[in-house]
Amino acid sequence: MAISEPDIGLSRGCLHRILAGKARIWIALLASLTLVLAACGGDGEGPAEDTTTAPTDESETTSDVEREPVTVGMITTLSGNAAYLGEDTQKGFELALEMAGAAEDINLLVDDDAQDPEQGQTVADRMIEREGAQIMTGIVFSNVAASVVPTIVERDMLYISSNAGPSVFAGEQCHENYFVASWQNDNPAEAVGQWVKDQGYETVVGAAPNYQAGLDSVNGFRRTFGELQNEFYTELGATDFAQTIAQIREESPDAVYFFYPGGMGIAFVQQYVEAGLAEEIPVFGPTFSFDETLVDAIGEPAVGLQNGSFWAPDLDNPTNVAFVEAYRETYGMTPTNYAAQGYDTARLILSALEAVDWNVEDTAALREAVRAADFESVRGDFSFAPNQHPIQDWYILEVVEGEEEGDFTNRILEKVLDDHVDAFVDECPLSDE
Amino acid sequence: MELFFEQTLNGLQAGFTLLMISSGLTLIFGMMGVLNLAHGSLFMIGAFVGADVLARTGSFEIALLAGVIGATIAGILMETVVIRWLYHRDHLDQVLATFGLVLMANQGVQMLWGSQPRTISRPGWLEGALPVLPGLQYPIYRIAIMVGGLLTMVILWLLIERTRVGMWIKAGQTHRELLGALGVNVTILFTGVFAIGAALAGFAGVVAAPYLTVESGMGDNFLILSFVVIVIGGIGSLKGAVAGSLVIGLVGAWGQTYLPRLLTNFTDPSAAAAIGSSVASASIYLVMAAVLIFRPEGLFGGARG
Repeated sequence: MAISEPDIGLSRGCLHRILAGKARIWIALLASLTLVLAACGGDGEGPAEDTTTAPTDESETTSDVEREPVTVGMITTLSGNAAYLGEDTQKGFELALEMAGAAEDINLLVDDDAQDPEQGQTVADRMIEREGAQIMTGIVFSNVAASVVPTIVERDMLYISSNAGPSVFAGEQCHENYFVASWQNDNPAEAVGQWVKDQGYETVVGAAPNYQAGLDSVNGFRRTFGELQNEFYTELGATDFAQTIAQIREESPDAVYFFYPGGMGIAFVQQYVEAGLAEEIPVFGPTFSFDETLVDAIGEPAVGLQNGSFWAPDLDNPTNVAFVEAYRETYGMTPTNYAAQGYDTARLILSALEAVDWNVEDTAALREAVRAADFESVRGDFSFAPNQHPIQDWYILEVVEGEEEGDFTNRILEKVLDDHVDAFVDECPLSDE
Repeated sequence: MELFFEQTLNGLQAGFTLLMISSGLTLIFGMMGVLNLAHGSLFMIGAFVGADVLARTGSFEIALLAGVIGATIAGILMETVVIRWLYHRDHLDQVLATFGLVLMANQGVQMLWGSQPRTISRPGWLEGALPVLPGLQYPIYRIAIMVGGLLTMVILWLLIERTRVGMWIKAGQTHRELLGALGVNVTILFTGVFAIGAALAGFAGVVAAPYLTVESGMGDNFLILSFVVIVIGGIGSLKGAVAGSLVIGLVGAWGQTYLPRLLTNFTDPSAAAAIGSSVASASIYLVMAAVLIFRPEGLFGGARG
């Protein structure tokens, strides 16, 4: 009697109920699978303890002293279009621990913030409240940092930034428990602004994603270059730049300054070249628009483009040479600036822990030890300004073809800023002490 | 004037890309009543399969075919394994389950292909730019996207309006019980419609990829826009999807250009640029709100009631 109760191909009754029951099981299965996958994704990348081939001299430093490992919480971006930023930070960090023979002494917790401030907050709370994190680090994106960092430093705990250096925390809202081991967001742009001005360009337009670091970056450029002809902001994460490029064409400036980290940078340069503007209007940017992963993806069109950075793979100092060599050996690729930052952050933390004899209970003593910055940085000279942001040199790099076919890398062209301090240091109350 | 013309082209191109995704979504939603949040994942899967095959073969055409096939297979799997069991359940269950699929797909492509962004480059014969106005070169590939989008829509329209299968699809939207009673295997028909939607999404994924980075989560943004499109156009209406996509594309493109300029009259240029860009991103949602106020059923949604 199917005709009396038509129903899309399934007769009602017993069968239907079984199917409905099955659907419930499926959903439960799905939900659990999702959880498992998410967990795998979070810590699946990076070298596992037993597969790491980094040179170690563990036996010399760790075997004679028995001590409780210090727990470091790393909240970073491991998914989405900028996942490699976080992965590289983690790789650099872990490599530094291995090379110092300290892998056993640091219990490193790593989790993904998915570029989302709320998720970052959740991870931070969990790491601190439940997993016993004693020092925090790792946040890649300034919007995540802006929301998460205050809740960490107010707990009388140190946060040492390995990447984001938003302007808000460099000036009035600086904090004694907040250190930036990378750079203040404006700095790379200041270096590029100086360079573009020195090269004699008069009219420049800026393009950046519409978020804190994008605004910081354009402001930094303006600080050393002077007023911009126009500025264009795009949605964070968007990668179709047709509309921005049409407006750049309309403005026809002497040069373009752009800040597009991660996947956005690949898209911008490719489309800029395609639109036929590359020969007419040169582009400049901070190193985040030109890291080693990006230039490999962009390929040929990137060659010759100039960018500002605190570091380059070919920076000539013993620490950097050892780092780049070990990184290539371990991971089979040239490190990005994010890897270098992760490496330096780990070395900074290790130097401070050594100085306080691995006693992290006394936050004040640990803070002093971090402030001393008594470590060999891959960038050579490194010290902290009173607002606990770096004093360091800035370089202009040029994208060149690497040794292998299809491999591209950055090479130092010139040093533009010497012992550069950020622009907000005087607004920071810590500077008065 | 040149700028206006170029932005109009950009808006149309963005609209056609969106159309290829939203047309499948509206068909599926209209016919089966399933809110498939994982439709954006099919777009992503198409792009990833395409990028993988392109890296292996070096041929964009083969990559395009592979992307379409990959997304279709993924779509059929999705329908038979998960979505089929949800037709009779309420929208909340559907959202929950298909959101789970989104998370799985996003993690899955990372496990398969890693988290490094990938790219798909344009085929050699579509490189370069054409002079469309004196002094204005417009990329050939963007023109090709528009032509490709137009062609797929014509094929889809012919399929629905001129074939027996199309008749079933239309009948399925309004009278699916009767369709089943008349001996049409509705289970297979639904799988078929889902496969068509998946194929369109996969096609869009490969075709749009040269302007995107192929990365985990790349479909999520398009999914949201596609829902805006079908709300504006009317659920289940192909005509509505066309109108909605083009409206969204054009409003987005014009808004990005002219809103910041408008705002420079009120505030300093730097702030105007930042605020204008945010307002422009929000403007498509304003359009959606306006449509919902004055025509809650969408521009072409009246027929279905």
